[in-house]
Amino acid sequence: MSMLKIFAEPLRVINIGVEGFAEDLKAASVEVIQLDWRPPTGGNARLTALLASLQDDD
Amino acid sequence: MAIRTEILSSFYQDSVVLMRIASHVRTRPGVREAAAFMGTPSNHGLLEQIGLATAESKEARPNDLILTVDAESDAAAEGALAAAKELLAQRRQVGGSAAEVRPRTLESALRMLPDANLVAISVPGAYAKFEAMKAIKHGLHVFLFSDNVPVQDEIELKTEAVRRGVLCMGPDCGTAYLNGMGVGFTNVAPRGRIGFVAAAGTGLQAVVSRVAALGEGVSHGIGVGGRDLSSEVGGMMTLFALEALADDPSTEAIVIISKPPHPTILPRLEAAIAKIRKPVVACVLGVQAPAQSAATWVDTLDAAADAVVALITKRNLGWGTFSDVSGIRARLARLQAKGPIAPEVFGLYTGGTLAHETHLLLDSLLGHDARHQILDLGDDQYTVGRPHPMIDPQTRTDMILKAGQEKAGVLLVDLVLGRGSHPNPAAPLAAAIRQASAMAAAAGRRLIAVGSVVGTAGDPQDLAGQVAQLEEAGVELLPSNAEAARFAALLVKPELAETLAVEVSR
Repeated sequence: MSMLKIFAEPLRVINIGVEGFAEDLKAASVEVIQLDWRPPTGGNARLTALLASLQDDD
Repeated sequence: MAIRTEILSSFYQDSVVLMRIASHVRTRPGVREAAAFMGTPSNHGLLEQIGLATAESKEARPNDLILTVDAESDAAAEGALAAAKELLAQRRQVGGSAAEVRPRTLESALRMLPDANLVAISVPGAYAKFEAMKAIKHGLHVFLFSDNVPVQDEIELKTEAVRRGVLCMGPDCGTAYLNGMGVGFTNVAPRGRIGFVAAAGTGLQAVVSRVAALGEGVSHGIGVGGRDLSSEVGGMMTLFALEALADDPSTEAIVIISKPPHPTILPRLEAAIAKIRKPVVACVLGVQAPAQSAATWVDTLDAAADAVVALITKRNLGWGTFSDVSGIRARLARLQAKGPIAPEVFGLYTGGTLAHETHLLLDSLLGHDARHQILDLGDDQYTVGRPHPMIDPQTRTDMILKAGQEKAGVLLVDLVLGRGSHPNPAAPLAAAIRQASAMAAAAGRRLIAVGSVVGTAGDPQDLAGQVAQLEEAGVELLPSNAEAARFAALLVKPELAETLAVEVSR
């Protein structure tokens, strides 16, 4: 395995969910983008699972 | 009794925000219980479970926010709902004033931060795969905090991650470090030369904190989630992370922290360790060291830190059962002189791995005995609709006060500092312990509090200040959880003194 690039780079994060994680990273001077996340498909978990399985066929 | 419900439609908020609001509302006078949940199917189940489901709440959809209060009067219930809405409104204003554009999808976030290298995901488990798979397919590393992710989803995510050469840290990963920077619940430690592979939560936090105290630091800490070494997942991410750390020039030694792997996975782990040309320390709680191994095996978290620092610095840290034997003898004599100690140990833990470590140590020192009870208050059964006890101390302080009313012997506790944890967790813990000890004493019982603190000098809570608060409340603090557990065992079974002391002087 060649070395993982992220091991030698500054962390740059996209945060999906709990905002506290993004706030802590920002306080430590890490670049962070907080997503305004809502449950996909209006919160229909079965539809989300279906979407996720379609994604698998990419 | 008055139960009032209000539904805020299309008002999504993350669960941590909602649990904080519910905790706050619960402290209002006249409020017996409060809940703030999104109307997902699992949350409807939780509301039923805590007896707060109402005709209105059952109508809420997954994007609708349910506020429910059980109070002693209509006025108290109405006041509590108004307070909850006020807190939500304040949050919206804070969010809006930051002049920060928030993308709605990973793709638009990537247009704003094209060189992003990590996606941190803490959405409800049912949606975790959807978001994590997108990130992995973009070639991004993933920190997956979400729990309740189906094991099949985990297998598919990790298979894809390994195929694409990226990390899938989790699900149910609380702590990670990349290039020295902590993500999630982490203690502030220097960037250093020790790499970690762990489940990961308080076990990793405890070892990293001790490594920092010994003057060393972290290169990377790869969390893999509690199921990685199961037969289903097959150790996919552990093996991937070990290989990555083996190839990383900035990592000079590796520590593996885990619960027992499935028996079919242990040989694969051993084979992977044997290929590594760096010192490896294995802390696999509850597993005897194999007769032959390329790794240095240890059975406690503090020994993992001591062993890896000794290996890379060639220092003899002389780790044993207690770091300060004469100090332990003096403390023991002082506590014994004050009168008899009931032979019971009651552990109230916020850290799961710390609780597990204590459980193993007490079983070996005291034997299986119903009088020794160790509870992990971060376990699902104690966190229904409430934040983790590292964030919200209420569940534990309530149990400590109850212990003060009925128990005698040793009360064993942990305190975990760091980013993500409560801003001043020693204050409520110290107050509860003071009150419990006083209640016990008034009833002619003796309750001795023993504990340890996981934290570093760099943590936001001020390690020295936290330690001082606990000591002022009379807590017998030890330098590590393993030492605290051994000291508790010594207090309730003084004849262990010789055994433990003999081990120390080895």
